Amino acid sequence: MRAMSTRLKVAWAVITILVLVYALFPVFSILATSFKLPSQLNLGTFLPKTWTWSNYEQILTGSAKDLFLPSLRNSIGISLIATFVAVVLATLAAYAIARLDFPGKKLILTTALGVSIFPVVSLVTPLFNLWRNIGLYDTWLGLIIPYLSLTLPISIWTLAAFFRQIPWELEQAAQVDGATAWQAFRKVIVPLAAPGVFTTALIAFFIAWNDFVYGISLTSTSAARPVPAALAFFTGASQFEEPTGAISAAAVVVTVPVVILVLLFQRQIVSGLTQGAVKG
Amino acid sequence: MAAITLKDIVKEYGDGYLAVKGVSLDIADGEFVILVGPSGCGKSTLLRMIVGLEDITSGDLAIGGDRVNDKAPRDRHLAMVFQNYALYPHLTVFENIAFPLRLQKGAFTEEQVREKVEFAAKTLELQDHLQRKPANLSGGQRQRVAMGRAIVREAQAFLFDEPLSNLDAKLRGQMRTEIARMQRRLGTTTVYVTHDQTEAMTLGDRVAVLRKGELQQVASPRGLYEHPVNLFVAGFIGSPPMNFLPGEIVDDVLRLPLVDVPLTDDLKARLGDRKLVIVGLRPEHFEDASLTDDRRSADGVTFDATVDVTEWLGSDLYAYVPFDTNPEVAGKLEELDRDLDGEGMRTQLVVALDSESRVRDGDDAKLWVNPAKMMVFDPESGENLTYDADAVKEIDQQNEADRKASLERAQAREKAKAS
Amino acid sequence: MTAEVATAQTVEDAARPRRKVARSDRARSEARLGWLLAGPAFVVMLLVTLYPILQATYDSLFAYRLTAPDDKEFIGLRNYVEVLTDSVFVQALLVTLLIMVVSVVVELLLGFALALVMHRAITQLRGLLRTVILVPYGIITVVSAFAWFYAFDINSGFVNHWFSWLPFIDTDLNWFAQQGTSLFVIIASEIWKTTPFISLLLLAGLAQVPTELEEAAEVDGATWWQRMRKVVLPNMKAAIMVAVLFRALDAFRIFDNVFIMTNGANGTTVLSLLAYRTSIGRLEIGLGSAISVILFLCVLLICFIAIKLFKVNLAGARGES
Repeated sequence: MRAMSTRLKVAWAVITILVLVYALFPVFSILATSFKLPSQLNLGTFLPKTWTWSNYEQILTGSAKDLFLPSLRNSIGISLIATFVAVVLATLAAYAIARLDFPGKKLILTTALGVSIFPVVSLVTPLFNLWRNIGLYDTWLGLIIPYLSLTLPISIWTLAAFFRQIPWELEQAAQVDGATAWQAFRKVIVPLAAPGVFTTALIAFFIAWNDFVYGISLTSTSAARPVPAALAFFTGASQFEEPTGAISAAAVVVTVPVVILVLLFQRQIVSGLTQGAVKG
Repeated sequence: MAAITLKDIVKEYGDGYLAVKGVSLDIADGEFVILVGPSGCGKSTLLRMIVGLEDITSGDLAIGGDRVNDKAPRDRHLAMVFQNYALYPHLTVFENIAFPLRLQKGAFTEEQVREKVEFAAKTLELQDHLQRKPANLSGGQRQRVAMGRAIVREAQAFLFDEPLSNLDAKLRGQMRTEIARMQRRLGTTTVYVTHDQTEAMTLGDRVAVLRKGELQQVASPRGLYEHPVNLFVAGFIGSPPMNFLPGEIVDDVLRLPLVDVPLTDDLKARLGDRKLVIVGLRPEHFEDASLTDDRRSADGVTFDATVDVTEWLGSDLYAYVPFDTNPEVAGKLEELDRDLDGEGMRTQLVVALDSESRVRDGDDAKLWVNPAKMMVFDPESGENLTYDADAVKEIDQQNEADRKASLERAQAREKAKAS
Repeated sequence: MTAEVATAQTVEDAARPRRKVARSDRARSEARLGWLLAGPAFVVMLLVTLYPILQATYDSLFAYRLTAPDDKEFIGLRNYVEVLTDSVFVQALLVTLLIMVVSVVVELLLGFALALVMHRAITQLRGLLRTVILVPYGIITVVSAFAWFYAFDINSGFVNHWFSWLPFIDTDLNWFAQQGTSLFVIIASEIWKTTPFISLLLLAGLAQVPTELEEAAEVDGATWWQRMRKVVLPNMKAAIMVAVLFRALDAFRIFDNVFIMTNGANGTTVLSLLAYRTSIGRLEIGLGSAISVILFLCVLLICFIAIKLFKVNLAGARGES
């Protein structure tokens, strides 16, 4: 590689800083807000004048506890289950799509594509009505099922793309080396497929975690309401107080895990996102 | 180690495509046999049927005398080196080589596994790379790891599927000798698939030439080169390839585009009442007339030719002489060209002259050719009319004796080293 | 293809005795296995989308309020007439289209710039850039909406203070009190959140353009701009088209940011919000279903236009051919 000139180095430094500011500024903004005292919210400064944990206390142990903690539990539980079910179903389907030749293969992929572009709000009205009639309204299951419409299609696409890249002839090589079909699968294919499945799960989880429309439409209490929907129902400590601080703190709490996952698995997420979308 | 016997092997795919059309071949224990042919000739399919990755539509396949048609790959106890090496990307070099041993649970202690892997690594000079992952290896190293996996398997036979096609020319030469050395030392029956006739000629004890799923000829490299059964084999074996010229028979003379050749009685008898034939002359059957001594000149005929382009290679000088072909055989030669994956370029004579020759681009040169070396083919069937089965047999017997001797020498050397 | 199919089946075939009519047998067993594996996913996808949209289509033909379920009455297409002639709907449609067009155009330009930066960056820097770029992607839309809302809010925001030197901004500017400024913040937050996705798609497209092509163009005397326009862009057209279509459909469904920031006040109601308020808010299932169906038809129309007019090959660009 050519040595970089000083000017080029400076240019890259500037560009990097610009990108950093672009990507992180709103995050820091809400982070800063979450540490502001309720009385100092309206000073118009970016950083808090006095740093305080009081907003976090409010949502974790204080008055907003009953609003936030159940919704956090709901979000984690519902998103994990919806992700798990989607990834299991998608793994089977993607394996069939990548390895087998059967009529209807294209139909399945087209369906997945169609489902992924479906306007969520169009599904909410009939589901709302039906869920009320059959008792799924405001339950975990009542959210897990519609979440599959979000997580399943992208999982199928992403995994099918991953599976197509697995050098399947290794399975044969293993058989020539003396492996049984099961050994070839377990010792060669599973280790090769696992990263793709994991990445897909990560992306599916992000999508479920992000949902707002289903969350706000198909729940009414803390029995199943996930965090994004709960944030919209936050109220201040008193009637005249804005819930800004509490919402910011809650937003930070649900954002931190996502940022950590992104930091840890940046490479996999990027390859998963782009492989599912463009030939990678 | 075992002999492999193929009897009337047929492969028909689901869509009705016949990839292999009844191939029979006996491969002796410890023999190195090459399956060669242009792309789509069925050579890889044949190999995959032997190893069990492709099922056999009909025919019998026996390894060591047992019919194995219905056996799973793992039960055939073969080792295979794949074109892309098929290294397991998640395992280190050590674990890649150890893989076949680990599959047989409890069969080997950790100590034995290490011993075997280290032996293979030493044989292939891979000791320094055992802890690396395949992604960090060069092409040649990957190739050797794949061979290492074959060695530890202590298989009945080694199968190679175009193992050198992903390497550059220099490495290919090195690995070729490496494979030959390994085979001689271990004395394992080996079947090797390639499309490269140089690999076929240099590596094989015997070479099987395939075309469109049919076996054309099985013989020693020299047998194939000197006595091909038909146009296809003649055109496939040899580099630069054999020149094919239209030959018209006018009385006692065979009239070629650039030269007239007198017919001997033997040749006349073989030709029968044909009026038109295809004549094959290898580049080295020509010489610069100014460099041949008088006695040799008398054996052959000299003729004038306008040389278009020359290539000086140090050891040889290739000269290219364009000529007009006869429209009646043009079709057959074009078909042959297609079969050989050719590009259908202009018709030209390639002659290999002594590197001392002063012939240069655009010269009107005087060339010499020895008609005794000429091969004559039927323009319809492509059959070699000058084929001499007895001569081939003799060559092959000599070759077989040489092979056994060299195998014994290699084994003896190995034993001496061990003790 | 034949070879691939055949090898995929080797496992079973090797263990099975050879048969004369292996062909149809194999094809059938492969098809059975394929549907056995892919079937559940397929059925689930149909259940969670096809059923609701059919139900919505059916409901949309009735005058049906959840508050008075007994008054359910078949009225044909009258719900649609009511929706389509309602000025609220027309305005929502226009606002939605405006958001869609502006955000997609800006995201495309910004995303391409980001993609170029990542493409050209040295390896270590590229990792860092990709990581930070992923942060907006990973953040919950509602959280991002709050972040932008609080930054611009007249009470708690700092934007007015920071940018008060600009001619049209002062500390008394209430961004969410009128349509123009509200939409500006909504669109800005939408762009911030989704540009990373588009830039990653474009980056993948960029990576597919062989370096030799660009080098050849450079040798041929093309300027940087000419290389982009004549070599790089035409070669990543498929990636661009797919990115645009996906983002357009996504932006058309915009809901979260609008709900959080304005809840549709001051002429910022979008189609999704209108549908939500009609059915979930006012419990007018019949009317809400009609809007849902119209929304769905709009998405189909956008897809149709993209595929027919712009020849976007979704399947091809998505790794299927």
